[in-house]
Amino acid sequence: MKLMKHLAGVMIASTCLCAPALAQTELTMWYHGAGNEVESRIINQIISDFNASQSDWQVSLESFPQGSYNDSIVAAALAGNLPDIVDVDGPIMPNWAWAGYLQPLPIDESEFADFLPGTKGVWEGKLYSIGLWDAAVALYARQSTLDDLGLRTPTLDNPWSGEEFIAALDAAKASGKFEYALDLGMNDQGEWYPYAFSPFLQSFGGDIVDRSTYQTAEGALNGDAALAFGEWWQSLFTGGYAPGTSEDPADQETGFIDGRFAFQWNGNWRAVATMEAVDDVVFLPAPDFGAGNKIGAGSWQFGVSASSDHPEGAAEFIKFATQDKYLAAFSDAIGLIPSTPSAAEMTENYKDGGPLAVFYDLSEAQALVRPVTPGYVVQSKIFTKAMADIANGADVADTLDAAVDEIDADIQSNDGYGH
Amino acid sequence: MAAITPDNHGLRLFVRYLVLSLIALIFVFPLVFMAVSSFKPTAQLLSDTSSLRAFLPVGDLSFNNYADAFRRAPVGLFVFNSVLITGTTVLLSLLICSLAGFSFAFLRWKGRDVVLSIIIATLIIPFETIAIPLLLQVSKLPWIGLQGLEWGWLNTYRVQIIPWIADGLTIFLFVQYFKGLPGELIEASRVEGASWWQIYYRVVMPLSGPVVATAAILKFLIMYNQYLWPLIVVQQESYRPVMVGLGYFFQLNVVWGEVMAYLTLITVPVLAFYLFLQRAFIASIASTGVKG
Repeated sequence: MKLMKHLAGVMIASTCLCAPALAQTELTMWYHGAGNEVESRIINQIISDFNASQSDWQVSLESFPQGSYNDSIVAAALAGNLPDIVDVDGPIMPNWAWAGYLQPLPIDESEFADFLPGTKGVWEGKLYSIGLWDAAVALYARQSTLDDLGLRTPTLDNPWSGEEFIAALDAAKASGKFEYALDLGMNDQGEWYPYAFSPFLQSFGGDIVDRSTYQTAEGALNGDAALAFGEWWQSLFTGGYAPGTSEDPADQETGFIDGRFAFQWNGNWRAVATMEAVDDVVFLPAPDFGAGNKIGAGSWQFGVSASSDHPEGAAEFIKFATQDKYLAAFSDAIGLIPSTPSAAEMTENYKDGGPLAVFYDLSEAQALVRPVTPGYVVQSKIFTKAMADIANGADVADTLDAAVDEIDADIQSNDGYGH
Repeated sequence: MAAITPDNHGLRLFVRYLVLSLIALIFVFPLVFMAVSSFKPTAQLLSDTSSLRAFLPVGDLSFNNYADAFRRAPVGLFVFNSVLITGTTVLLSLLICSLAGFSFAFLRWKGRDVVLSIIIATLIIPFETIAIPLLLQVSKLPWIGLQGLEWGWLNTYRVQIIPWIADGLTIFLFVQYFKGLPGELIEASRVEGASWWQIYYRVVMPLSGPVVATAAILKFLIMYNQYLWPLIVVQQESYRPVMVGLGYFFQLNVVWGEVMAYLTLITVPVLAFYLFLQRAFIASIASTGVKG
């Protein structure tokens, strides 16, 4: 009898002790970082901290390889199998919101007032996603190269003009010291093309699509400014300044570091490795071709799936994950730009005077998000093909006209994508 | 054409073997490159690609890429999943498709030729065209398991196995092979009073080694290389096969040494399976004219 009483006491006690854990409702979360040890470590830490910080919600994580993540999401949406919290690439977000995969974030936008513009996923005036970091592109160069070639060091306030940029490439080419003047990473014919190269088009005054209506690309992608851009783009390859689409994939990792390229158009995710290998590397702002100097923006962000039964729990997690300490932890670990100035101050690389602080300034001053439209997922592929074709010698006007026709046909077949 | 004489016979043989060896080398080079590169640091691997050193085990060699590959992804789990899914599918496919082939080749039933024509016609339908309808279907199918009745097959082994058991090509291979067997054997067995089932497993299948090997190898390769289907029906890491796992290695900064180490590891089961059935596979090609 004494034993029975003892057992009953233990059971009651254990039930009471376990009660908070049992009361936690499970939230599922999908993330694109499978195989990325560093990101996995941090995201797991955030989830662990969140689960321990409160008694209502328990987040469980499933990670996917980045290359196939979007396909997995689309398939899961079709099968009615989406998780509560999803990770979404910034330019894809409007498509997922339009397709009904996402719901607006049930968080007051003022909570993210100091976040960089590129980290906010806004569609139809509503905030759908928020990012823990942004990415930026810059022109990598050696200070010694600039000095040897007698080139002015461009600044954010006083960037190179288009003519100065070509003059710099000419000087590098004429020096005979380099295999090529410029590495553009032409082998990577995925999202890199619109992310890295459409800002050149925008700096000429064109765009992938007419952003005033999002109903056509006519005039934006084949107007005078776009044609001028196209001719300039083709001249980079016909003039022998940069290797074409068959460029060696290894060039983006080793070409500039080995000194085979004078300049490199590259993202801040390779900045740390480059700084370690090149003492006098400098990160220069994009040239201004007449309509301002631009770079791309928008990286991975968190959102809440439309089918989530617990959007309030998902929102709690997203608010928790976007604390400065986590933004700083991600930045320190993977080198990307933290979303807020206060988080930037907590990082090694982006604090005032930090080696990568220039990227924060670039992102703040030059960033232009890719077209905010559900049709972007198609438009980006059409733009990529057009850029590759022009680089390979296709007629500029014909190629851009064909791209416009293709984009317009897609917009029409999707009834204007809800704009 | 000059006649073959003792004087030039040796020369002809030499030239023939030289050409064949060169062709063999071309096919072997990618495998050699993969295996050799898996032991090199990424920087050396990339710099070696511009010379013949890419195919030679020279420089700084180590097993570091293998250790790192196992750290980056659950390689053992992915290989286990693929071997389990592939092995189960191959075995079930051989059983079901050979039975179907037997029925089409030896039994007389109404509509047989029409059904066979329809099955063969499915060969021209790319899987990609039916992937989404099939996804919608399997996501709502019932299943009676240890936990009782469940709905939906997503995130299971069975969703990666059952839809792939029967296919037009394998059935067609068996039908063609069975039709080539001597009809007298079947007739004699019937006269002796054997049932159709006995004829299937005592007479026909023991004579069908080459087609079994061919069907097994072809099915093995199809299943082991599965990518799209598991990508859309499996969201849990614990059920992922090797090809989806390859994506773990393609980060912003690709560590090519690890990629090569992973590819080398996942190639081993394929090579082992092929070498195991190689003799029967070649015999099947020689006897049926089927090209794999």
